[in-house]
Amino acid sequence: MSPIGTVRPPANAVARLTGHFFRSRETGILAALVIVIAVTTIVNPTFLFSPDGFRDLLLTPSILILIAVGQAVVIITRSVDLSVGSVVGLTAYLAGRLFIDVPGIPIIAVFLVAIAAGAVLGLINGLLVAFGKVPALVITLGTMYAYRGVNVLWTGSNRVNSSDMPKVFLDLGTQTVLFIPSLTIIALVVVLATGWYLRNKRGGRELYAIGSDPDAAELYGLNVTRRVLVAFVLSGVLAGLAGILFAARYGTTNSQTGTGLELQAVGAAVIGGVAIFGGSGTVYGAAIGAVLLLTINRALPILGIQDFWQQAVVGALIIGAIVLDRLLALRLSRKLTSEHQVSHD
Amino acid sequence: MTMSPSSLVPPALELRGVAKSFGAVVALASADLRVEMNSIHALVGENGAGKSTLVKIVAGLYQRDGGEFFLRGEPVDFTSTAQAKAAGIAVIYQEPTLFPDLSVTENIFMGRQPMDRLGRIDRNAMKAEASQIFGRLAVHMDLDRPAEGLSIADQQLIEIAKAISLDARVLIMDEPTAALSGVEVERLFAVARSLRDEGRGIVFISHRFDEVFALSDTITVMRDGRYISTNAIADVTEDEIVRRMVGRDITDLFPKQEAKIGEVLLRVDDISSSGVFSNVSFSVRSGEIVALAGLVGAGRSEIARAVFGIDRYDSGAVTLAGRKVPRHNPAAAMALGLALVPEDRRKQGLILESSVARNATLSIRRQLGRFGFITSRAENEAARIWATRLHVKSSALDALAGTLSGGNQQKVVLGKWLATNPTVLIIDEPTRGIDVGTKAEVHRLISDLAGRGIGILMISSELPEVLGMADRVLVVREGRITAEIDRADATAESVMFAATHAEETVR
Repeated sequence: MSPIGTVRPPANAVARLTGHFFRSRETGILAALVIVIAVTTIVNPTFLFSPDGFRDLLLTPSILILIAVGQAVVIITRSVDLSVGSVVGLTAYLAGRLFIDVPGIPIIAVFLVAIAAGAVLGLINGLLVAFGKVPALVITLGTMYAYRGVNVLWTGSNRVNSSDMPKVFLDLGTQTVLFIPSLTIIALVVVLATGWYLRNKRGGRELYAIGSDPDAAELYGLNVTRRVLVAFVLSGVLAGLAGILFAARYGTTNSQTGTGLELQAVGAAVIGGVAIFGGSGTVYGAAIGAVLLLTINRALPILGIQDFWQQAVVGALIIGAIVLDRLLALRLSRKLTSEHQVSHD
Repeated sequence: MTMSPSSLVPPALELRGVAKSFGAVVALASADLRVEMNSIHALVGENGAGKSTLVKIVAGLYQRDGGEFFLRGEPVDFTSTAQAKAAGIAVIYQEPTLFPDLSVTENIFMGRQPMDRLGRIDRNAMKAEASQIFGRLAVHMDLDRPAEGLSIADQQLIEIAKAISLDARVLIMDEPTAALSGVEVERLFAVARSLRDEGRGIVFISHRFDEVFALSDTITVMRDGRYISTNAIADVTEDEIVRRMVGRDITDLFPKQEAKIGEVLLRVDDISSSGVFSNVSFSVRSGEIVALAGLVGAGRSEIARAVFGIDRYDSGAVTLAGRKVPRHNPAAAMALGLALVPEDRRKQGLILESSVARNATLSIRRQLGRFGFITSRAENEAARIWATRLHVKSSALDALAGTLSGGNQQKVVLGKWLATNPTVLIIDEPTRGIDVGTKAEVHRLISDLAGRGIGILMISSELPEVLGMADRVLVVREGRITAEIDRADATAESVMFAATHAEETVR
C-alpha cells in the first residue's frame, strides 16, 4: 500500500462531488419535494402555474424554515429546543404591541427589539441546559409552557390586528422581489449564512463534534458550555425573527400564536436528515424538510385526501425519515467496518 | 543502553514523590518517574499500583496532592487537560475517544483547524498535513471517512497523528496493545520507535512483558502507589521485575478458616462467548473458595456475569447442584441458589437513593410480601436480622444506602444476597475501595460462609487477597483460564507469571 497524500486529479474530484450529490440525504428530500409538487400540479395546474400558486409555494414555508434552521443547529449539538413556538408567539405579540404603544416607531427598531427578545429567551434556555445539567428536552419543555404562560398573561383575550400595524410592515409579509417573496429571501439568506458557518468555521465544526460525542469534546478541550449556549441563542434569535415576520405575514397575533411550530421544526429537521442524536445533518436538509412538510400539507387537500389523513401522512413522513436514517447508518457502518477489514487483509 | 549521556539534558518528564489520595484511599503514596527524551520508558505494576492515577496527573485530569512535576526541567502545574496538551503532553488511552460522525482529518484537527485568508477552515491544508503525518507513520488511512467503524488500532493511530500534529514531546500510551492483533502491535511499535528517534519521550504502560522487553529502553516498577525501581531494560530480567511488582509479605490479614470441602456445587462446562472468553471450564465445591485471578480486563467479570446469566454466551453449559442453569436468565439462576455480588456496588449492587432496609430486602421482596403488599415493618424486621449478623454500622435502617461507607455498603449488598440463602455465591472484587479494618471483616465473613458449606467464587485483583483466601486459584488471561493453582502452590510469583504470559501454563 502506498502512503496517501498525492493530489487527486480534478476529474476525480468532480466525480466525487457529483457522486456525493446523488448520494446525499438532501438530494433525496429534494427529489421527494419535486415529486409532490409535480403530482399536485398535474392534478391542479394552478398549484404551481399561477402567480399566487408559485408565491405561496415559497412563502408558506419561509417562517418554518427559519425555526427549522435554529432547531437543526440545536439538534446537531445533541439537544432540542421545544420552546421556539412560544418564543415566536411572544415576539410576534411584542412586535404588535410596540406598533400600538410607541406610535411612529421605526420598523427596523421593532425588528431589533423582537430579535433581541428572542436572543434573551434563547439565552435563558441555554443557561439552564448548560448549567442545570438537565436534558434540554425537559428544560425547553418547561420554558415552552413558561414562555406561553407569560404570553397569555400579557395578551389575555386581546389580539393585535392588521389595523394596528403600519402598512409598509404588513406589505413586507407578502410582497415579492422579482417574483420571490421577501420572506423567502430572508429565509434563504439565513440558511446560507448558517450553512456556511457550520461548514467553514471552527465554532460550526465544534457543534458537530459536541453532538457526536460530548465526552470526547471535553477531552479535546473544546468549550462545550459556550458552544451549547451559542446554539440556543441562535435558535432564540431565529425564533424572534420568525415571530416578527409572522406578525407581518398574517397581520394578527394573539396569545396562541406559534403553538405547535416547535414540533413542526423538529419534524422538518428530522425529515431533512439531521440525526436526532446529534453530530450529523445540515441546515440545508432541515430547510428542504420544512418546505416538504408544509407543501405536503397544502398538496393533500388538492389531491382529495381527507382532512384526518393529512396529519397521519406527516407522521408517516417523520417515522419514514427516521427509519431511513437508521437503515442508512447501519449500511454505512457495515460498509465502513468491512472496508477496514479489507484494508487489513 | 546507558542513561548517562542524557543526564546533562533535562528529562522530557520528571515526577518526584508525587502523591494523590481520594478521600481515605491513597492511590499514590510517593511516585517517581523520569522519562528521558529519545527513549521509550515502560511503566509496570500490578493492578492498583497507581499507574493510571499517575498518567491522569500527567495528563492534567487529576491534580496531585504533593510532590514535584517537571517538564523538560521546568516545574509545571496543570489544572486541565487543555494545559497539559498545550505543554506538549499527549495521552493515548486504551480506548480512544473520537467523534464517530466526523472524518479522520477533522478528528485530528478539531478545535485548532488551519484557517485560510477568508477566515474559513482550510480543508486542503488540513488534509495535506494529515496525509503528511500518516505518510511519516507509513500508514494508509482514508482521510475522508468518518471515524465510526474504525478498529481500535486505527483509532489509536488517529490519536497518535493528533499528538504529532500538536508536536507533543511526551507521549503516554496506556495499555495500547490490549485490544490489538499481532500485526497491529508490530505497526504500533514501529510508529513508537520512529517517534522516539525524533527525540520524543514515550511512556509505555503494558502488562505484557514480552512487549515491554521488546520495545522499551528503560523500565520503572511501581507497587502500592510507590516507586520501586528504574533500570535500563538490559540490566533486568522478567523474573526480577515480577518479583518487584508483587514483592510484599502476605500478612495474616486474610484469615481463611479451614472448611470441610464437599461435593461439587457449581460446574461450568466449556462456556465460550465470542470475543470475550473461550472454553472456560471449572467447578466450585461446597465449602470451597475458588479465586479467579488475573489482570483487569482479562475477562473475569465477564465470565461471572455469563455464569449468573446477565450476559449471553455462545456455547457450553452451567450446572448448579446437578441442575442446569439456563442461559441469560438471572432470575432463574437466583431461584436455583446462585448469587452474584457485583463489582461496582454503587451502580450495580445498591440503589443509593433507597434505605438500607429496602436494599437489604430487595432480593426477597416476593417472600416478604403479603397479598402483594410489603409493610415497612416486615422490611425492617428482615433487614435487621442481616444488619445485625453482618455488623452493618448504620445508625438506622432507614438511612439511605448512599450515605454509608464503602465497607458497610458492601455488607448490605452481601446481606441482600445471603437473604436468598444461596448455595453458591459469586463475589466480584469483594473489598475494592474498602478500608483495611472492614476488609478483614469482609474476609472473615466470606470465610465463615464457606465454613457453612456455601461454595464461593471470588474475583479479585488483589494478589494478597487471592493468596490468603482461596483454596484454588484459577488464572484468567485474555479470556482463557491459563492456570489452575492449588493453595499450597500459589505464590505471588506463580499467579503473576500465569497472568502475564501467553504461551506457558504454570504446572
